[in-house]
Amino acid sequence: MISQDHLPLHYYLILSALLFAVGLAGALTRRNAILVLVGIELMLNAANLNFIAFWRYNPNPDSLIGIMFVIFSIAVAAAEAAVGLALIIRIYRHYHTINLDKMDSLKG
Amino acid sequence: MNWIVEHLWLIPALPLLAAAVLSVTARAHRRMAATLTIGAMAVSFLLAVTAFVATLGKSTAAGPWREAHNFSWLQFGTKTLQLGWVLDPLTAIMLVMVTFVSLLIFIYSVGYMGHDDNFTRFFCFLSLFAAAMLGLVIANNLLLLFMCWELVGLSSYLLIGFWYHKPGAAAAAKKAFITTRIGDVVFFLGILYLYSQAGTLLFYDQGKGCLESGILSDIFGRTTVGGMAVTTAIGLLIFCGAIGKSGQFPLHVWLPDAMEGPTPVSALIHAATMVAAGVFLVARVFPLLDPNSVGVSGPASALTVVTWIGAITAVFAACIAVAQTDIKRILAYSTVSQLGFMMMGLGVGGVAVGMFHLITHAFFKALLFLGAGSVIHGCHEEQDIRKMGGLKKFMPVTFATYAVGMMALSGVPLFFSGFWSKDEILHAAHDWPVSRWPFYLGAFGALLTAFYMTRQVCYVFYGKNRGAEKTGPGHGHQHAPHESPSVMTIPLSILAVFAVVLGFIGTPVWPWFQNYLAGTSAAFGFGEILHPEILHVLLLSTAIVAAGIGLGWWLYGRKPIESSTQVDVLEKLRPDIFILLQNKFYVDEFYDATIIRFNAWWAGFCDTLDYWVWNGAVLAVSYAVLGLSWLDRVIDEYVVNLGFDEGCRGVNRGGGWLSHLQNGRVQDYMRVIGVALAALGLLLLWGCAAS
Repeated sequence: MISQDHLPLHYYLILSALLFAVGLAGALTRRNAILVLVGIELMLNAANLNFIAFWRYNPNPDSLIGIMFVIFSIAVAAAEAAVGLALIIRIYRHYHTINLDKMDSLKG
Repeated sequence: MNWIVEHLWLIPALPLLAAAVLSVTARAHRRMAATLTIGAMAVSFLLAVTAFVATLGKSTAAGPWREAHNFSWLQFGTKTLQLGWVLDPLTAIMLVMVTFVSLLIFIYSVGYMGHDDNFTRFFCFLSLFAAAMLGLVIANNLLLLFMCWELVGLSSYLLIGFWYHKPGAAAAAKKAFITTRIGDVVFFLGILYLYSQAGTLLFYDQGKGCLESGILSDIFGRTTVGGMAVTTAIGLLIFCGAIGKSGQFPLHVWLPDAMEGPTPVSALIHAATMVAAGVFLVARVFPLLDPNSVGVSGPASALTVVTWIGAITAVFAACIAVAQTDIKRILAYSTVSQLGFMMMGLGVGGVAVGMFHLITHAFFKALLFLGAGSVIHGCHEEQDIRKMGGLKKFMPVTFATYAVGMMALSGVPLFFSGFWSKDEILHAAHDWPVSRWPFYLGAFGALLTAFYMTRQVCYVFYGKNRGAEKTGPGHGHQHAPHESPSVMTIPLSILAVFAVVLGFIGTPVWPWFQNYLAGTSAAFGFGEILHPEILHVLLLSTAIVAAGIGLGWWLYGRKPIESSTQVDVLEKLRPDIFILLQNKFYVDEFYDATIIRFNAWWAGFCDTLDYWVWNGAVLAVSYAVLGLSWLDRVIDEYVVNLGFDEGCRGVNRGGGWLSHLQNGRVQDYMRVIGVALAALGLLLLWGCAAS
């Protein structure tokens, strides 16, 4: 197995956590729907990174479970991005804006 | 048991049925009304004669023959109320008298009421009256008797007020009803008292009835307030009913006023039958008043009261009759006076003496009233004797029959029934051991009777006719009096015959009537009349009658009365007494000033009490309730509602405030999730560190 001893696992986890935090921050603070979608994609990738890292550092890495999981996850994320973009286009056509603060018709 | 005893109820039922049919008959069916009523009464008369025949010749050792038919009417608790009817000589003789006189008066009414619009109604009421009276006569139960008694009072009220559009008639009807009611209330108290003591109201019930010696001797021993025997107290209470109905002294005021009704009514109800009901009642409950008559020894103090009331009434009313000028009112006061004689006869001589005068009086007084009706009819509804006069030549039949009635009432000797019956009373009064005064009063009453009847006949039938005076001689011819139609004069003639012959069934020579009532057989005895004591009274009463008629003739008949405004002879002699009598001793005015004023004051007092006290209390309660409800409303609106509203508003506000959390911005939700995630992370870290 490749250089297990070069880098400890928690480096990856911290990177993943930072990536997640960046994505979360982007999803929470951006007004632009597309940028929110980008943030969500970042968080999703942080999760994928976690999968890979744990897979790599598990006692039996030959099983390919982690990589399979991540490939499925990326495929689902791609489809999800497509659906999200289509929604954003519908929203834009309806409201003539993609500013999420204006979209509050579900409020109490 | 006899067929007639079982079916005695048919006698009152037939007129009752006729009255019921007529009450739903249209006014136009006059002929049917008369036929039905007279037919029913004729059948009743035949049944009454059958009943009478059944009682003949059946004397028993223990008093008169008697059969009763009782049945249970209603049951309350363990007690059963029994009603029934009884047939005995007293009932039978009354049945025959009532049905016969009623029949003649019904026939007479066809002529008298011929022009009246309410002919059908009149016959309906007459028939109802006859039914009630016959029911009263046959009743074997004091309660049944009382019911019929009240029905009789009701039909009397209806008939006095028959011309209710006349204010006088309406007032007279009311007066009659209320005055007799006073007596009836006391009568009813007597019934209740009797029931509480005897436990039964049946007169005769095979030894268990309240007039039979078993119960009488039981309750006779008990005493009540002041040591008075219970039977005496009950008898006096019941006698009060008779005072009211028979117009005895304190309650006589209604009877003369009752003359406002149609004359056949006056004849039937207020002379012949209804007013005699009081006398009949006393005769019926006679064993209560005098237990000696059924073999229970004891004082008969109630009879003393009956005698005194009767004697006082007889003279009192005869005095008033002397000064009256209305033809019917003279007869009315005469009736009151004669009823007093009957009461006196019952008191001093027992059932037979009083009942004999009742029967003869019924015939000759009905005759006199019908004769007066004929006179009034012939003189175009004139009732003032001062405006009549000389009718002898205009109305020969009426005059002849009226004269017979007048002589019977006055008691002209030997050939007229009134002589024999009144003589019986005087004779019994003469022998009364308690006091001689009733005899003197009765003799004076007889003198006055002869006097006022002579005065009336002189005014009405002799002298010159004064009826045309007010219209002037030119119109006098067409207003000349005329004789009445034969439908009116034939009953008069029949009654006149009976006014004569009835006397012969009760003379001292052949006292059939007295023996019939007592249940013994009569024997001829011409020697009886020569018995010195009897002869003494006979001669005395003959002298009295002769004096009365002679005095009347001397004062009124000697010089014909010339004008209707001529002052009465007596008024010239003693104007003070005459005016006192003319105003009826001011009894009405006395009642006005005392009882009626007290009554009005009491009513006013009650009204004030009602308005200020009871009404005030009710108002106070209602205002209190209103106040409470106002308070309730205030609490409801300003406390409960406000609190509730405030709570609602709080919830609303809370909800509104909470609803701001859901602002629809997805990013905000996500922020919450992010914060929660961070918090979770921190918690886990802290937990790991702690462990």
